[in-house]
Amino acid sequence: MDQKLSPVSKFFLIVIFVILYAPIFFLVFYSFNSGGTMYDFEGFTLEWYQELFSDTRLLIIVLNTLVVALLSALIATIIGVIGAIGIHSVKKRSRKNAILSLNNVLIVSPDVIMGASFLILFTIAGYQLGFYSVLLSHIAFSVPIVVLMVLPKLYEMSPTLVDAAKDLGANSWEVVTKVILPFISPGIMAGFFMALTYSLDDFAVTFFVTGNGFSTLSVEIYSLARRGVSLNINALSTLLFLFTIVLVVVYYFINQRLKTNGTGGRK
Amino acid sequence: MNQKVTRQLYMLPYTLWMIFFVIAPIVLVVYYSFLDINGDFSLANYEKFFTPTYLKMALSSFWYAFLITLFSLLIAYPTALLLTRTKHKQLWLLLIIVPSWINLLLKAYAFIGIFGTYGITNRFLEAIGIGTQQILFTDFSFIFVAVYIFIPFMILPIFNSLNQLNPALIDAANDLGASKWTTFRRVIFPLTMEGVKSGCQVVFIPALSLFMLTRLIAGNRVITLGTAIEQHFLVTQDWGMGSTIAVFLILIMFLFMALTGKRKRGV
Repeated sequence: MDQKLSPVSKFFLIVIFVILYAPIFFLVFYSFNSGGTMYDFEGFTLEWYQELFSDTRLLIIVLNTLVVALLSALIATIIGVIGAIGIHSVKKRSRKNAILSLNNVLIVSPDVIMGASFLILFTIAGYQLGFYSVLLSHIAFSVPIVVLMVLPKLYEMSPTLVDAAKDLGANSWEVVTKVILPFISPGIMAGFFMALTYSLDDFAVTFFVTGNGFSTLSVEIYSLARRGVSLNINALSTLLFLFTIVLVVVYYFINQRLKTNGTGGRK
Repeated sequence: MNQKVTRQLYMLPYTLWMIFFVIAPIVLVVYYSFLDINGDFSLANYEKFFTPTYLKMALSSFWYAFLITLFSLLIAYPTALLLTRTKHKQLWLLLIIVPSWINLLLKAYAFIGIFGTYGITNRFLEAIGIGTQQILFTDFSFIFVAVYIFIPFMILPIFNSLNQLNPALIDAANDLGASKWTTFRRVIFPLTMEGVKSGCQVVFIPALSLFMLTRLIAGNRVITLGTAIEQHFLVTQDWGMGSTIAVFLILIMFLFMALTGKRKRGV
């Protein structure tokens, strides 16, 4: 840290960092406790990890969560990119603002309202609650995030690029795939990752639309935690923490690479 | 004309998303708020909302959300200010953000262990002679954990607006003889008001609608608007009343956004 900071400020920052990370390391620490509780550390064990990996039900739930996250992020990215290009091409300012405000409704509305209203929607449509209702809901709340990530990139793009491509004889499909999409790819990547993390993190919306047969990790942890402490959850959270770190690092590097590519002029 | 049709065809997925997952859910929630428990059209739910039971619940929900926002702001502002003065500020910011990517449920679960009767906090209190206290399932634990969860979301916008602040302004204030406190009160704080506002937005509305924490950490002692909605939808199955509360939550949300936002134009 900088020398400009007084010892008091340094101390304050250190306290904040400790408080932010303490609960996470607390979970990780007790995941190795052979005592089976979150208070008396009796000895080191990997028992909870073994139990975790032999629990097929939980592993299936982990798999479900990943499948929902990847699929919803992918589909939401496609819809979101289309939407962003569409909004970008709208000329009338008032119309554009109207679309944008509608786009942002789901971002600002609380999870509970999203969950409740989607539940009504699926019930009225006579749709069975389960994998597809969860997937559709996750796509629904990820789309606007992707739009917001892609749109600034589109505005950064100089319109002369598109004009030049058209002058050189590109049809509109080629303009989109060869000019626009490569240019906005950092935004698309960012949108995809945001959608992924939103989906992995979501609890409230899933809780409403999940029905009986299907469960994701957040919902499962909730029902386990309501029953009390079990160190399986600690082992699971350790693995999830590592997974999150990997995700952050991957995201960071992809971003870094795209940045250097963007300024260095491709091909 | 032909081009317009193809463009609208391209936009179809995004348009469908907007109709089914933005407009339809809002319409449905409003529609359901006028249905009583037998499915008949009535204003009974609205009458019920204005009885003391529900008004008291709404007020206490406001009070908790207010406290959570206030404490988050009191902690986040100095943290953001100090962060902007560190050497590798982007790295430190990233480190602040990482915990917010850990699944919310896991963090809540960690606090069950930390605040529990035999937990690490009570061990500490015992050691310094205060003795074991009931910490879990109190207002204190609820507000503490909620603030813990929201701090990164409050820091981010404040950090961004502090980062955009022109340092020459602070130098100018110093040159003109302003004390550090005056500089902060008259220059820094007013110029970062936008960040504070958007920080309050991203904390206050979710804090009104928290429902998972109230169950896990506050042990049903605290009832927020979110808890009430969840209760009506998933436990008592009175969707009409749940929708009515949701309508009020949406109205409050728009009101709050109008009060705090507005100045963000365009994209």
